[in-house]
Amino acid sequence: MKHRRIIAVLSVLLLAVMLAFILPGLTVENYQYFLSQRLPKVVAIILTGSAIAFSSVLFQTITSNRILTPAALGLDALYLLIQTVIVFTLGSVSLLVTDKNLNFVLTTVVMVALSMILFRIMLNRENTNLIQLVLVGMICGQLFRSFTSFLIMVINPNEFVAIQNKMFASFNSVNSGILMIAGCILFFAVIALRRDLPVYDVLALGRDHAIGLGIGYDRIVSRSLILISILVSVATALVGPVTFLGLLVANLARQLADTYKHSVVFMISILMSALFLLGGQLFVERVLNFETTVSVMINLVGGVYFIVLLIKESKL
Amino acid sequence: MKTRHLVLLLLFLSGVSLYIGNIQITWDDLITWNQEKMDVLLLTRLPRLLSVILTGAAMSVCGLIMQQISQNRLVSPTTGASVDSASLGLLVATIYFSSMGYMGSLVVTAVFALAGTFTFILILRKVQIRNMVLAPLIGLMLGGVIQAMATFLAYRFDMVQSLNAWMIGSFTWITKGRYELLYICVPLVIIAFVYANRFTIAGMGEDMSTNLGVSYARIMNLGLAIVSLVTASVIVIVGAIPFLDLVIPNLVSLYKGDHLKRTLWGTALFGAVFLLVCDIFSRLVIYPYEIPISLTVGSIGCFVFLTLLMKKGAV
Repeated sequence: MKHRRIIAVLSVLLLAVMLAFILPGLTVENYQYFLSQRLPKVVAIILTGSAIAFSSVLFQTITSNRILTPAALGLDALYLLIQTVIVFTLGSVSLLVTDKNLNFVLTTVVMVALSMILFRIMLNRENTNLIQLVLVGMICGQLFRSFTSFLIMVINPNEFVAIQNKMFASFNSVNSGILMIAGCILFFAVIALRRDLPVYDVLALGRDHAIGLGIGYDRIVSRSLILISILVSVATALVGPVTFLGLLVANLARQLADTYKHSVVFMISILMSALFLLGGQLFVERVLNFETTVSVMINLVGGVYFIVLLIKESKL
Repeated sequence: MKTRHLVLLLLFLSGVSLYIGNIQITWDDLITWNQEKMDVLLLTRLPRLLSVILTGAAMSVCGLIMQQISQNRLVSPTTGASVDSASLGLLVATIYFSSMGYMGSLVVTAVFALAGTFTFILILRKVQIRNMVLAPLIGLMLGGVIQAMATFLAYRFDMVQSLNAWMIGSFTWITKGRYELLYICVPLVIIAFVYANRFTIAGMGEDMSTNLGVSYARIMNLGLAIVSLVTASVIVIVGAIPFLDLVIPNLVSLYKGDHLKRTLWGTALFGAVFLLVCDIFSRLVIYPYEIPISLTVGSIGCFVFLTLLMKKGAV
């Protein structure tokens, strides 16, 4: 009952924020234009938020670690590198930069492909543990970052503006075509995951216990990793990197739900994630007048929370 | 490789480093003291050589100290949040204390680096870590948080591209009058040599070191202060050079073992040689232009580090 109440409260809150986002200033004359601007934003935020929350909770379960999120795998850095390389080689007016659909598809495909290669290499070896995989991903991320920095240094400042727009998550640039594709991908991901939900509850006990209880550990872990990389790639390609959101919502959801049941944790974390993103966007737009971006704010809040979490947690 | 050989190699590479460049300097110029060419040599090439050697040696020694303090081979200023917090410090110094010059930037940057490194070590001490690999992960995540703060500031002051450019380690701009702050590394490295044994003992933990008559807190603070000051001076003058401080100590200890007194010389020399090789490579690869050294070191360092990590038992 407790969980149902939490979910209900969060849903009501989310609905309230959504209305606060969509309704102000709406009149009979302008509603068509306003809605065409605001609705895609809301949908994009909810899709991104769900994908990030989903993948973060999943990632924490398979690594049995509460301070890691898929952001640690270096996918954000890869995203920025891809965008920078495109702008650097083809210029900021090329079709690949201006055509959002093309850019989205290309970025997603490259990101998913590269992370598959990494998983293949790392998981086919003997004695690999996932933590090591994360470290390798993170190191690769650092490498990507130094390439990006180099390109950014030599790039013309006018062209850099095109990259800077990509460096911070923004919900202003989504269109309905991309949303359809992203929504479909996420929908199939959820379908794929539904079957495994009870398995994750067992997996949370840790590798040895899970194997002891008859779970095909390696298979399920590599399947989850692929799912995670798809989700993160879609979310990042959709709006840009929001590094610490996953950490924030996954941990808060676990704390709030206080249960081993993944169906509940998933639900709560998704609601929270959408709530934070939408609330943050509202705050940035209406209170701060676009002085900063929502991703910078969430990274700041999530980052501070992360440090507090580290200091409070006594075992990792 | 013996220390002797490393010294010879360093001398040889120094000669090479002084020689290469757009303006040819011959023996004749040296003997007849061709003023124009001597200026090139003394005002740009020699300062560059010295700063490469200083940076290479000092950063590697810092990496070793961080390893000893945390008793973890994967911890270094790069993976221990020092570099990221130093960059935040540099940004703050530039925005709010720009009137204070290089010295002021150094002080502010060092304070930030110290705070970041100290937080990281504090966290490492507080949490029990089951897996050695987790320590650098925590450090990198903490670094990410600090980076997010830096980005927040940089975005408000429209300095994202500038911040990015400062953080790229490069010796291109080094001339006489712009690198002298790096000399602060010399006394710091000497102190590190003197206190080498005590760092090892402090790394064994508070109880152990108290038993052995070493003031734990004092040695710990000394080590962190050295690391922060060196990192700050390198960040202010040169920029970030990823992985150098992580890879060099690990490579040296593969061959020389873990006795700090024995490995310190090797680490310092090898660090200098490695960075000098990378510098020469960066200057030659697209001659007469050059690529920033952070890119060269980053790529090589990343590769070496991944190889070390994959080889079981090496790290």
